Amino acid sequence: MAGKKKISRRKFLVRGGLGTVGVMAVGTVLFRNPLRRTIMDFAETAPPMYSGSGTEPQLWFELTKDNKVLFHSPKVEMGQGSFTSFAQMIADEMHLRMDQVEVIAAETATGVVDGLSTGGSLSVAGLWQPLRELAATMRMMLIKEAASQSGQEVSSLTAEEGYVTAGNQSWSYAEIASKVEKWEVPHTPELKELKSYKHIGKPVPRVDLDAKVFGDPIFGLDAQKEGMVHAAVIRPSVVGAKYKSYTSTGVESMPGFVQVVEGENWVAVLADSYPEALMAETKLEVEWDIPKKWSEEDLQDMLQVGKGKRMITQKEGSALDDDEEGVVSLSFSSPMGAHAQIEPNGALAYFDDKGLTVVLSTQVPGITRTQLSDAMDMKEEQINVVPTFLGGGFGRRLDTSHAIIAAQLAKAAGKPVKYQFSRKEEFQHDTFRPPTYHTVKGKLNAEGYLDSLEHHYASGDVSANSAIALANTATKILGTDIGAMRGGNVMYNGIPNHRAVQWHTTLPFATSWWRSLGLLANTFAIESFVDEMALKAKKNPVEFRTQVLGDEGMHGRLKKVIERAAEVGAYSDTFTNGRAMGFAASTDTNVPSAHVVEVSIEEGQIVVHKVTCVLDCGVAVNPDQVRAQCEGSIIMGMSASLFERMTLRDGELFPTIYGPYRMALMKHAPKEIVVDLVQGADIPLPVGEPPLGPIAAAIGNAIRRLTGERLTDIPLQENLDQLLA
Amino acid sequence: MKISFTINGQDQTVEVADPYTPLLWVVRDILDLKGTKFGCGKAACGACTLHVNGEAVRSCSYAVKFAEGAQVTTIEGLGTKENPHPVQQAWKDQVVPQCGYCQPGFMMATAALLEKIPNPTDEDIDQNIINVCRCGTYYRMRKAIHQAAELANNSTKE
Ligand code: FES
Ligand code: FES
Repeated sequence: MAGKKKISRRKFLVRGGLGTVGVMAVGTVLFRNPLRRTIMDFAETAPPMYSGSGTEPQLWFELTKDNKVLFHSPKVEMGQGSFTSFAQMIADEMHLRMDQVEVIAAETATGVVDGLSTGGSLSVAGLWQPLRELAATMRMMLIKEAASQSGQEVSSLTAEEGYVTAGNQSWSYAEIASKVEKWEVPHTPELKELKSYKHIGKPVPRVDLDAKVFGDPIFGLDAQKEGMVHAAVIRPSVVGAKYKSYTSTGVESMPGFVQVVEGENWVAVLADSYPEALMAETKLEVEWDIPKKWSEEDLQDMLQVGKGKRMITQKEGSALDDDEEGVVSLSFSSPMGAHAQIEPNGALAYFDDKGLTVVLSTQVPGITRTQLSDAMDMKEEQINVVPTFLGGGFGRRLDTSHAIIAAQLAKAAGKPVKYQFSRKEEFQHDTFRPPTYHTVKGKLNAEGYLDSLEHHYASGDVSANSAIALANTATKILGTDIGAMRGGNVMYNGIPNHRAVQWHTTLPFATSWWRSLGLLANTFAIESFVDEMALKAKKNPVEFRTQVLGDEGMHGRLKKVIERAAEVGAYSDTFTNGRAMGFAASTDTNVPSAHVVEVSIEEGQIVVHKVTCVLDCGVAVNPDQVRAQCEGSIIMGMSASLFERMTLRDGELFPTIYGPYRMALMKHAPKEIVVDLVQGADIPLPVGEPPLGPIAAAIGNAIRRLTGERLTDIPLQENLDQLLA
Repeated sequence: MKISFTINGQDQTVEVADPYTPLLWVVRDILDLKGTKFGCGKAACGACTLHVNGEAVRSCSYAVKFAEGAQVTTIEGLGTKENPHPVQQAWKDQVVPQCGYCQPGFMMATAALLEKIPNPTDEDIDQNIINVCRCGTYYRMRKAIHQAAELANNSTKE
């Protein structure tokens, strides 16, 4: 694992007296996995790379005058709770209290930002080793300094709660740091054992709790700058339309009007306030060149199993012969989905003597800056991207092309400009979760267990063509869309013949990462099919699965999770009080998860009463936040599984507002969610996406038991409506 | 046009060209209270919920002129870090927020609900708390709403 590598001493760059008391900074740290594993493994599990990219030596830590540590995080906080886990890791290895650690997102000009993105649920997993090593090293540096400043032996000193103590003398870390001329960087000390940690492994409250409960201005859209004007940007509603021209019907006389700016495929109105910009915008008539009006049928035509680029992503044993006796085949589908994060996209951009500054919610500060540099023809050093807290990420903030529009507007206006999306713009210019189509085939052996299983899945781009794909060579090498592949392979190694085949097509509009990527739809297809085969074989669906799983490694961990879920969720094939249970499991980025759901149908509506979720995410740095991620994944997954669907209508993406874009609300959330964590690895593994995998299949499997009908198309409520009609 | 109202206990007069300007933008950009959020601008998500004379209102679709003479409360005026409102205390105890963006709207909607129904049932909660949370924090919110009701009732008994 990458984690075994120690941070080299040469990479430590320490300075003093730069405004704060003792700035401790670390230069470029690049963690790259040794490519010993197969390339497919790499694609599924590769940790992200970090790259320092500022003009100044990159800043990871600051010791402030009030004896606190400020950590400039290369990962952003989008709700996943990683800032809290980082603080726990730092506090434990630096010997601090939780309230002595503060975490902020690093700016590109001064900090170390992620070379790729915050995503793939890898924040805590990726920083687990390096962050604790840095913190432990700094603790040693402070102790050594205190020793030399006081003329005492290092061995006679202890560090606790931000103070180094020798007998009855003690000095705060800040005090020690303020006297340092030149730091001596020791070898990284041994890290503590897991069980001796005070903060790691404990359900400590989120560090951003107060800010989020009392309404502090921490989000991208809360940013402001003296003298700024507001932009409303008109972009094409019709997919593929190109901007031609505009005619003003009196925009100049609108209150607050500042100016009209035309761009590559947009026209914007700037005004003194946002509502004024929105009002003024209605006074422009825009002409578009519309080459084609895409329809749902066009999409279905393009995207099918058997069309597009074919790529075998898994192959074991022999292929199924469709004409063979006993071969069962089922088709499944999932629709296009919107991110629908509550904070719309947007950016504040301004120029000053240092260059360009852009403040925004982004999962990719480094890429945002590179793209700005290209588009604005400026050097990267002249651009500072300031990431804020994100009002939801889910993959939507991987595309930040709007940062360019904001910068162009600020340049044209000669003033700071704040650009925020309207909700319609948000829905129509999302980077959607692509629709998918699946064919799953299989055959039972004489004992009634799966002998063959094949998954064919057609998807639009997920990671191919997305901003991070540019930096991700794995995608190119493989020719496979690794995002669409998530959960697409068969995880039951005891099935002698299994394979997975991807059919990849690029759609006429942007599709990309959506929390868990292909996992939800792929798991829905495979696990619904497996359930159907268990019924056919008249077997208990739990045993039907464990029977075809080995006991070693990943498969053994999955087997344990499945068994545990059946036990904790008291899975039973019989049903009580009109409720049936559904079972499903998934594996994503080395994290197995299994759900037991209890479902009934009331007045035609699917009601999910209880979800039991078992997850093996290795070390849970903050068990409470791991649970929160499971709860959130289950509810967001339910929302997508039961209700959500984007469609094309007369060339336009639709719906464009919450409500018509149907989502899970309070009344749909299960009244009971039981999360049970299994620790099958001694490092933290991804948490934010894997528990989203099984939910659609688990619900479908319960409905099958309730009604005898197999739901094959997400959104399931719509599918059920059709069956009941 | 000048419009006067009380916001979080303070008298304010704002000058707007258009009396139909949504209260949301007056609160966020003129009065610089950023806790009230913009989510959809069409009364469809609840991120912008605040109180006007104690009623929960979706301020993105509420003309500022209707606030004339009213008592307006935003998340900043609900409680403070030192002295949190029972809803905020419960939200902290249950560690509800994830990304946090929707949360002020939910807390304002909950505070208004508890004024009307001090002990809401699950059914009451389902019918009245209809904002959207993309992170899916509803499960903890429900617990927090019940806890807030308890906290509020205990404090009034004292
Ligand atoms: S912003 Fe007002 S309801 Fe969505
Ligand atoms: S906490 Fe993120 S939208 Fe509700």
